Amino acid sequence: MSTLSSTITIGKPHAGRGGDDVRPPSGGGGDDGRGNAGDYSRRLRRARLGIVVAITPIVMLFVSFTSAYIVRQGLPTYDEATTSYVRDWLAVSLPSGLLMINTVLLVLSSITIELARRQLNRQAALAPIQTIPGVSLGNERTLPWLNVTAVLGIGFLAGQFLAWRTLGDRGFFVATSPSSSFVYLLTASHAVHLAGGLLALAYAVVAPFLGKTLEFRRILVDVTVWYWHFMAVLWIYIFALLELAR
Amino acid sequence: MAGGERGGETIAMVAQDAHAHSAPQGFIRKYIFSLDHKVIGIQYYFLALAAVFVGMFLSLLMRIHLVWPGVNLPIMGEIKPETYLSLLTMHGTIMVFFVLTTAPQGGFGNYFLPIQIGAPDMAFPVLNMLSFWTTFVAFVVMIAAFFVTGGAPLHGWTGYAPLSALQSAGPGEQLGADLWIASIAIFCLASLMGALNFITTTLDLRAKGMTMMRMPLTVWSWFITAILGLLAFGVLLSAGILLLLDRNLGTSFYVPLVVVNGQVMGHKGGSPILWQHLFWFFGHPEVYIAILPGMGVASQILSTFSRKPIFGYRAMVYAIMAIGILGFMVWGHHMFMSGMSPYSAFAFSLMTMAIGVPSAIKTFNWLGTLHGGRIRFATPMLFAIGFVSLFVSGGLSGPFLAQPVLDIPLHDTYFVVGHFHLIMGVAAIFGIFAATYYWFPKMFGRMMSESMGRIHFWITFIGTYAIFMPMHYLGLAGHPRRYSQLTELAYLHDLIPLQKFMTYAAFFTIGVQLVFLFNLFWSMFKGPKASDNPWEATTLEWTTATPPPHDNFGGKTPVVHHGPYEYSVPGAPRDYTMQTDPATVATH
Repeated sequence: MSTLSSTITIGKPHAGRGGDDVRPPSGGGGDDGRGNAGDYSRRLRRARLGIVVAITPIVMLFVSFTSAYIVRQGLPTYDEATTSYVRDWLAVSLPSGLLMINTVLLVLSSITIELARRQLNRQAALAPIQTIPGVSLGNERTLPWLNVTAVLGIGFLAGQFLAWRTLGDRGFFVATSPSSSFVYLLTASHAVHLAGGLLALAYAVVAPFLGKTLEFRRILVDVTVWYWHFMAVLWIYIFALLELAR
Repeated sequence: MAGGERGGETIAMVAQDAHAHSAPQGFIRKYIFSLDHKVIGIQYYFLALAAVFVGMFLSLLMRIHLVWPGVNLPIMGEIKPETYLSLLTMHGTIMVFFVLTTAPQGGFGNYFLPIQIGAPDMAFPVLNMLSFWTTFVAFVVMIAAFFVTGGAPLHGWTGYAPLSALQSAGPGEQLGADLWIASIAIFCLASLMGALNFITTTLDLRAKGMTMMRMPLTVWSWFITAILGLLAFGVLLSAGILLLLDRNLGTSFYVPLVVVNGQVMGHKGGSPILWQHLFWFFGHPEVYIAILPGMGVASQILSTFSRKPIFGYRAMVYAIMAIGILGFMVWGHHMFMSGMSPYSAFAFSLMTMAIGVPSAIKTFNWLGTLHGGRIRFATPMLFAIGFVSLFVSGGLSGPFLAQPVLDIPLHDTYFVVGHFHLIMGVAAIFGIFAATYYWFPKMFGRMMSESMGRIHFWITFIGTYAIFMPMHYLGLAGHPRRYSQLTELAYLHDLIPLQKFMTYAAFFTIGVQLVFLFNLFWSMFKGPKASDNPWEATTLEWTTATPPPHDNFGGKTPVVHHGPYEYSVPGAPRDYTMQTDPATVATH
């Protein structure tokens, strides 16, 4: 590169958005180019952006399923017996009570995972004080909220398996009817995604034993919390769709 | 410190923290499971290169069969009609997914997006590495379909149900079709991971001074393409899941009451149109995913080699966004013959015509960039100009097909085949070639041969026009697509001479790609050494060493003071002002 010395007069600089020549251009970009080093809030914001972006295609998947579900309900089918087109949609008899219990479990787990996140934040805030020798913060017996969430999540999945078994007992299998196909499709797709969230949760639970830093664990739990809340909202949506749009 | 010799740059180019993960040691970490976006970009590029030769070989077999149907090929023997259908299915699938969705975005996007915005790597390097290897697994699964009992599926790259939904529908529709769907599903996941990285990196890792409106158009195109992918691939995944359920668990999402070979299948009530909607809701954004990076590269190269700023930078940005948004509203134009309401057809037709507007804006702006420039006709420039030519040629047949009444005779004819091959099979490929010749010096530290490049360009340019232009005539003459036997019908039989001409042109054109291949590999080892900025370009990749160090900028994070295309700025000391040059000259 050539040196730009005496041949350049500092005239009226129009350095675009960056402002004038006296101070460095501001607002260039998210992290001012410091890569993935940098402070906690910046890393947290990046992780949160990542999880929001990651959730978007999952939303599209369920938008797609919903569209197919709604349209299929109204679609007439050729019936051989009457040689005419009839609507063949027969709503499934859902084990609503059981599904309601599962919903409560999932909502509870959303609460407990939020408690876990705050617990970790408190731990981070108090960490400097805890290094002062002789300082005791009293009896800190609290529940391991992450573990509680994991148990509730597993409980939800177990409840879903039970619901599928109940459906089977009532004669509704995957291919029994179009409505039963969609029930299994929607609930199983949600369960698969929740299982993924459980894996993240499991990783967060074992992270301290893997020597991960508190900062890393805070970010991990934070994005898992966002994903988990999304799973709960998604489940409420699916349940409402299956119950109300029959 | 290097800042000292640059006069007023004391506030710029301050040594920053070194990249968080230091350069890896060991062959596996450096070249196989690398977290470095540059290595990953090259891995994607070579995957696409392997895929394009597989795809070209398949198309060669198709072209040979069309004009010499009885010929006995070595190993394959005579190509049966169902084999022809498998060839065209796999040709389309491999080219669209593993070449056009992989090389421009995964290859060049991965390599240059972080560098062009001044970042040391992508936001999530581990995810980046996973996204490449997942794409690789998807490719292996796709190729495996050739080797299982029954062979590769024959339902076309568009996979319409019920042909794709019934195992008994034909040879290749058993395990082959399941592998095809599995491969595409895996590819969806890989693309979504990649899109996540691109979007987060573009929004969050730009260097100081790199505002959104100072980003090169390549970065804009990769960013918008990633958003398209994020929204579209989820829908393709849903379509694939429903198809797998229909095929294997007896559901009836897509399959109505059907009888196959006298046997009533157990399905009823499904809708083949559902597949079409889900597939094309993905499929149309997919073709914009294939072309937008090429447009970004064309803008970049046209500006650099005309020594002029891109004409109408802002309009170009808004046009990319408009193409992206409108691209989600036009999928029905693939379904005009599906029995849809004419009112729906009208709506889709209107949106499709509308998307011609931002495309035209971009085209005129490219011409405006060239106009009055001091043009340097290096090989990248030839391919960039070729891109514009082919985009216009292929694009102009679009508005014809966009009119439902014209689509009635033209749907499923060679007119459509000519249209999408000119746009995707040539223009998008020219974008990849242009990017290769342009960025090769930066990636490999050596220059490619200009003379071989010129031979490659001219023969490919003439050859592809010779192959695909006549297809418009064939379509107007009523020649259907996907027909393997042309000898049975008199009017098709009369078109064989034109098909023969196209086949000879294909031999000719595919042959010269070997020159490109030779040029590529030979130059990597024996090409003349390249300087840091052989094209005298302005964007950030040309400010750093050749090839770039592990953290892209050698520990010095760039600070940006200029827009991306400041060529021939009045009052500037030379005809290009790099983005990191001090903010002393009146510019954007």
